[in-house]
Amino acid sequence: MERKVRVLVGKPGLDGHDRGAKVVASALRDAGMEVIYTGLHQTPEMIVEAAVQEDVDVVGLSILSGAHMALFPRVLELLKEKGVDDVLVTGGGIIPESDMEKLGKLGVGKLFGPGAPTGEIADYIREWFKSSSRAKG
Amino acid sequence: MGELEKIREARKKWQEKYEKSCTERDALFQSISGVPVKPLYTPEDAEGLDYLRDLGLPGEYPFTRGVRQNMYRGRLWTMRLFSGLGTAMDSNRRYHFLLDHGTTGLSVAFHMPTIMGVDSDNPRARGEVGRCGVAIDSLEDMEVLFDGIPLEKVSTSMTINAPAAILLALYIGVAEKQGVGPDKITGTIQNDILKEYIAQKSWIFPPEPSMRIITDILAFCSEHVPRWNTISISGYHIREAGSTAAQELAFTLADGLAYVEAGVKAGLDVDAFAPRLSFFFDAHLDFFEEIAKFRAARRIWAREMKERFKAKKTESLLLRFHTQTAGCSLTAQQPENNIVRTAFEALSGVLGGTQSLHTNSMDETLALPSEKAAQIALRTQQIIAFESGAADTIDPLAGSYYVESLTDRLEKQAYEYFERIEKLGGVVKAIERGFFQKEISDAAYRYQKEIEQKKRIIVGVNDYVVENEKVEIPVLVIDPEVERIQVARVKALREKRDNDAVKRRLEELKKAAAGSENLMAPILEASRAYATLGEIVDVLKSVFGEFKEIPVF
Repeated sequence: MERKVRVLVGKPGLDGHDRGAKVVASALRDAGMEVIYTGLHQTPEMIVEAAVQEDVDVVGLSILSGAHMALFPRVLELLKEKGVDDVLVTGGGIIPESDMEKLGKLGVGKLFGPGAPTGEIADYIREWFKSSSRAKG
Repeated sequence: MGELEKIREARKKWQEKYEKSCTERDALFQSISGVPVKPLYTPEDAEGLDYLRDLGLPGEYPFTRGVRQNMYRGRLWTMRLFSGLGTAMDSNRRYHFLLDHGTTGLSVAFHMPTIMGVDSDNPRARGEVGRCGVAIDSLEDMEVLFDGIPLEKVSTSMTINAPAAILLALYIGVAEKQGVGPDKITGTIQNDILKEYIAQKSWIFPPEPSMRIITDILAFCSEHVPRWNTISISGYHIREAGSTAAQELAFTLADGLAYVEAGVKAGLDVDAFAPRLSFFFDAHLDFFEEIAKFRAARRIWAREMKERFKAKKTESLLLRFHTQTAGCSLTAQQPENNIVRTAFEALSGVLGGTQSLHTNSMDETLALPSEKAAQIALRTQQIIAFESGAADTIDPLAGSYYVESLTDRLEKQAYEYFERIEKLGGVVKAIERGFFQKEISDAAYRYQKEIEQKKRIIVGVNDYVVENEKVEIPVLVIDPEVERIQVARVKALREKRDNDAVKRRLEELKKAAAGSENLMAPILEASRAYATLGEIVDVLKSVFGEFKEIPVF
């Protein structure tokens, strides 16, 4: 049997709007994934630390404060420093399309905006996992 | 047979016919809060209604029909647009633009670092400076923010909670520099920390010291800043986090009652501070349910203040409130449609008797509002005020069988929640047990599932979708330069101010925090000496500690 995908849902930065993060966390859990929710006001360092400790396959970040161009790259950088290169970094929030493209070029996965169905997020993660090296491990 | 019996008989026959021969379209006939809605409401649904006891007249107990005798016949609601972006210079320009176009009050949106008590040059502020509000680090920024705006004339609402005492001190500081005494300024600090733990999650200190700061503000303002609204008890964030209308109503009023209790326990006379408490509600999509919510809120508050707290002044019984249309109802898809959503949400606020109103801009799911979008949002209020006729008579929906039954139902649901909160040991205990947080996240998830299963249609999102849509409205971009400018400003301030004076003031503040004296005076002194917000918060943290969340979903 396929093992469960392990997803860390994180809220980096100072913003406290956690409705989206919690709804997505619940939906991914109901879609059969193992979900670790970090809670609020996390620094990128705290998130990467938790991702490594929990050995997750996916890091999903929710950012609504406009700080995405600082926080996503920092998380990627810290993961790289820890030698983690097989984890999907994805997420969502209030992120303009042009920024989504820029972050995609840096290595961030698909980003979801307001109105995105949670089923689509779960499908995306499942597809990614199937084709990833972690699925075999 | 009495009149009501005749109506009952007729209605029963009507219903039999309805069930036998009418078909209904395939839709979820439930309010947005998940409460079933009947096809028809009749006098039976307002059966127990006692006009004078339950509704009364405008400006009279229990104030269901409005807190003022003349309502909008006298003065329209304050048209206040929540606004803040970039540096203090950028926001000052926006405020002058809004005042020039007819707003009648200011409402400051701070950036996240200010909200969390972190200075712009702190590493935790990276990427956040000026992004979703204005960057304010010290009195220096506040002076720029209100440059050319006469504070004896314009009232200002500040959406600030954990560091509310500091922002109030900064505002008093700017007013002083304009030659305006604290007894002359008018405005509001949100200062509602309970709903931060419950919903908005911008906390700093644990509940107990937070409540002490609040009672210190209540005491200070009742003596020195008598025209200031000391707490804006807020349901808005509770609703935006996903609650139902009943939860918004119940949790907000429960918070309000908890503040009154804290004030009374701190030895204050209820009539000395209660008149300066105000409220802040969401106006969501369900038009009638929202109007009923506002009416129920006034009735419950008046009764509790009179009967539970024995308030004597009429002003203590009045639930005065600000309304904001529901940000969470706006869609990123076909954003122009948001103008329409906002318009009827705003109308529900007006028909519900709001004292002030913020209308969201159509582009707020994409970015901070552009000037054009903000102007349309303001025009929406002006059209309601001057063209729709809604402001010409008071509480026009009173007596509607549906609206009165909704008002009663929401009131009943609120009291059921009060009882549950009481059983958990009160608001603070219920927060510590995650009660509110769980109720809200469950409601949010239920709503999301209804949308995804297409039980609820959201135009442009799960139906009437435009494939490969391109956004065609201009979207405001905050220049990354803002962060560099602001960091340089606060660093320069640390160089040029009298740092010995700052150090002394901060030490005095620390002593006061460790003791029991009112914190407002030492905070005022520190901010006058140009201590930064972050420095003041750090001193308080060193005494009070920080709140730690237990993450649940």
